[in-house]
Amino acid sequence: MKETRDSIADIWGSRTGYEGQWPVRVDERVEEEPDHWVQSACVLCSNGCGCDIGVKDGRIVGVRGRAVDSVNHGRLGPKGLHGWVANNSPDRLTKPLIRRNGKLEEATWDEAMSLIVSKSKELIDKHTASSIGFYTSGQLFLEEYYALGVVGKAGLGTPHMDGNTRLCTATAAAALKVSFGSDGQPGSYSDLDTTEAILHVGHNIASQQTVLWMRVLDRLAGPNPPKLVVIDPRATYTVEKATVHLAPRVGTNIPVMNGLLHLIIEAGQINQEYIDAHTLGFEELKQIVAKWTPDRVERLTGVPADKLREAAHILGTCNSLVSTALQGVYQSMQATASAVQVNNLHLLRGLIGRPGSGIYQMNGQPTAQSTRECGADGDLPGFRNWGNEEHIQQLADLWNVHPDQIPHWSPPTHAMQLWRYCEQGSIKMLWISGTNPLVSLPDLARARKILAKEDLFVIVQDAFPTETTALADVVLPAAIWGEKTGCFTNVGRTVHISHKAVDPPGEARSDFDIFVDYSQRMDFRDKDGNPLLTSTWQTTEDAFNAWRECTRGRPCDYTGMSYAKLTGGSGIQWPCNEQYPDGKPHLYEDGVFSTDIDYCETYGHDLETGAPRSKDDYKLLDPKGKAFLKGVDYEPPHEEPDESYPLWLTTGRLVYHFHTRTKTGRSKALYDAAPDSYVQLATEDAARYGIAEGDMVEVTSRRGKVLEPARIGDIEPGLVFIPFHYGYWDKPDRPRAANELTLTEWDPVSKQPHFKYAAVRIRKV
Amino acid sequence: MLLSHYLGLLENSEKQLTDAFEHVSRKHKDEPDIEQICQKLSAWSREHHGKIMSFVEKYSEEQSNEPANLKRDLFTQKRSGSLALLRDLHDVWLLTQEVQLCWIVIRQAALGLRDEELKACYAFCSARTKRQGDWLLGRIKQAAPQTLLVAEE
Ligand code: SF4
Repeated sequence: MKETRDSIADIWGSRTGYEGQWPVRVDERVEEEPDHWVQSACVLCSNGCGCDIGVKDGRIVGVRGRAVDSVNHGRLGPKGLHGWVANNSPDRLTKPLIRRNGKLEEATWDEAMSLIVSKSKELIDKHTASSIGFYTSGQLFLEEYYALGVVGKAGLGTPHMDGNTRLCTATAAAALKVSFGSDGQPGSYSDLDTTEAILHVGHNIASQQTVLWMRVLDRLAGPNPPKLVVIDPRATYTVEKATVHLAPRVGTNIPVMNGLLHLIIEAGQINQEYIDAHTLGFEELKQIVAKWTPDRVERLTGVPADKLREAAHILGTCNSLVSTALQGVYQSMQATASAVQVNNLHLLRGLIGRPGSGIYQMNGQPTAQSTRECGADGDLPGFRNWGNEEHIQQLADLWNVHPDQIPHWSPPTHAMQLWRYCEQGSIKMLWISGTNPLVSLPDLARARKILAKEDLFVIVQDAFPTETTALADVVLPAAIWGEKTGCFTNVGRTVHISHKAVDPPGEARSDFDIFVDYSQRMDFRDKDGNPLLTSTWQTTEDAFNAWRECTRGRPCDYTGMSYAKLTGGSGIQWPCNEQYPDGKPHLYEDGVFSTDIDYCETYGHDLETGAPRSKDDYKLLDPKGKAFLKGVDYEPPHEEPDESYPLWLTTGRLVYHFHTRTKTGRSKALYDAAPDSYVQLATEDAARYGIAEGDMVEVTSRRGKVLEPARIGDIEPGLVFIPFHYGYWDKPDRPRAANELTLTEWDPVSKQPHFKYAAVRIRKV
Repeated sequence: MLLSHYLGLLENSEKQLTDAFEHVSRKHKDEPDIEQICQKLSAWSREHHGKIMSFVEKYSEEQSNEPANLKRDLFTQKRSGSLALLRDLHDVWLLTQEVQLCWIVIRQAALGLRDEELKACYAFCSARTKRQGDWLLGRIKQAAPQTLLVAEE
């Protein structure tokens, strides 16, 4: 076995302080010497590090980072170096399963697909295609999402398509649309190499995107380190390196951000020229934030006024700034509004669209950006606007179908609504691909009841048996990363190709093949009676080429990319077209945003109620390429601690695991590094309840209870934390999934559920 | 001067709207977005009602008993099933239109009276009434196809 570094013990490896170019370091871990290497990128977080897969005798035996890749310069983190082991796990699903007499039994592909097709046809006949819903993932490849998008929207014509990206990145997309008119990160990872200051809000980057954090650490170790402002209620690894750490009470992101903006405006540190030329809404925003004086912020959030001033001074005086936000913002109260405040900070200071300044409305999942681009979630392919007839017509032309075949009569169904329709019985068939909602959804007891319903036909397409496959009517064994070819976009707009390295086990098939097969069996046809697009797709490359056409003239322009161009070198950022053949590191360099009425992805929402704005309303605003500055006032969370449930619960991630551990839990090294869940308590709370380190603690909310061993320290009093990764497949003996406790409720704009707060009580058992 | 007549109508309508949002919030609490947003929108109407009261007092010389007759035939039947949500949202939307129309009428008078305070009150409240209506309409549009085409009684 060869391992260039022990990433389990030393998560980020050794430091190489730098100025200018981030030096290369190739991390590698192989169990045997590979006979050849195959180009890919890591899919265990939204960083998407370029890597090669080592293959020996048709088996994956290891990985190494790609030195040429612009994202990671050869580095890999613990999940990347160890996660691939799951591919070889003996418990892979290798045959389709059909529930017969209450039990899942092996079946042939033909039996499974025929059953799905006959069920679909029967439902469409009786109840229209709106009785069928799709719930996908942030784990598939771009070609698969596009295939799913075409099958669902042009083939079936169901409005019910979304994915678990709703749980993780919907707010990122919403915030970018609100401010800039379209999805897409304005900056580039290379901004970290030169920036003077970094702001992380609700983003535990050290644990989530370990390799991106290495880049920050190496800057901090270099001659000209950036100042680091971290906003997080917990003392994480990220916080350890902060110049200033603000630890607000749960649910108070808005007051903190309003307070920071207020101080910066008051100090005259804004770029008035930029604001006048390129934004709308400054006066309203100024009025809203003016109420948030440091003292008022301190009273409400617990952030000392002096600390707030210190942070505002850094953010108000730096000449370049990189900001990132993640779940601490997206899964909290006023999610979209808070994320938008981060955009506002950059707009007010004019720190956008140039090297050193970037905003990363981060993604939790590796290929979430691809879902959003391709329209397998609540968006339309190519960032098209569901309210714009012209955009619908473009899709109808591409697919040669009648525009009304494509559901666009109301806002797209979001995931939580989709589950609600299943609960009420008006969605009667739910097709889940590549995700495990029975660990990841909020309020698990309710989710389990829904999936167990007699009148809901559940199809689950996955590589492993999970809590969710256990309740399926049909299980389809899927090929995963390394076993199929496809592309995906990371959070920084960088597109990677991942080539097939080995065959999938048994009869497992790629998600792409499954969707195309369904389309053929359903005999979906276009207006001229020809088989719908998907039926002419033999390979994923055909689908990629079709997708390229779909992106022409849109912000995510792929027309300059091809499989050939993506192969051999680094990943490439979109837009990539004739004008930018090697991709474009920064959007909005000219201060012209995607808000033009004919171009924008959305006409926007009311930030407080989530009401969609109509085209006529938008016409009155007529932004013509100006960005929106939008603000809201504070609203308290919907559930707050009281006498019966006196503590706040918040959830989050661990460095060694990804999502519901479907893969990382099957890598021995990662499993052993973090084998079980826990509840983290402040020393004061532990003393009050008589709990010692390691004691078993019962945590109860209005929705359920879990039993977790106690871990004490590094958290504010009154707050308890449980990592969200753990479910039941490897430990059925005690309730431990954090989502037994969380709430079924969501942000009005992004529709992302609020996982970050719930009122709980604890007791030692 | 008959302004007080219309202020009474408006005051009564905002009160009904407050109650209607409250009612829908409670009745449809299985729909989490309905529960929360309706509570918020109910609070908006309650606030509007408070603001209007000061004008009712200011222009109270001529009372009218119109408001008592206004009570619309809304939310009277005990609806259930998936149609109930759609019909309830429909009725609340109608109430928002009633409020909006009252405001338009009153604004005309406020202009004539050059009552700056009433004009400001109009600007604040009627903008929010529009947002209430917009939210209802968006939610109605979302619920309509599923309710009418797929859901069963
Ligand atoms: S940072 Fe993310 S993408 Fe990179 S190796 Fe680690 S898990 Fe994989």
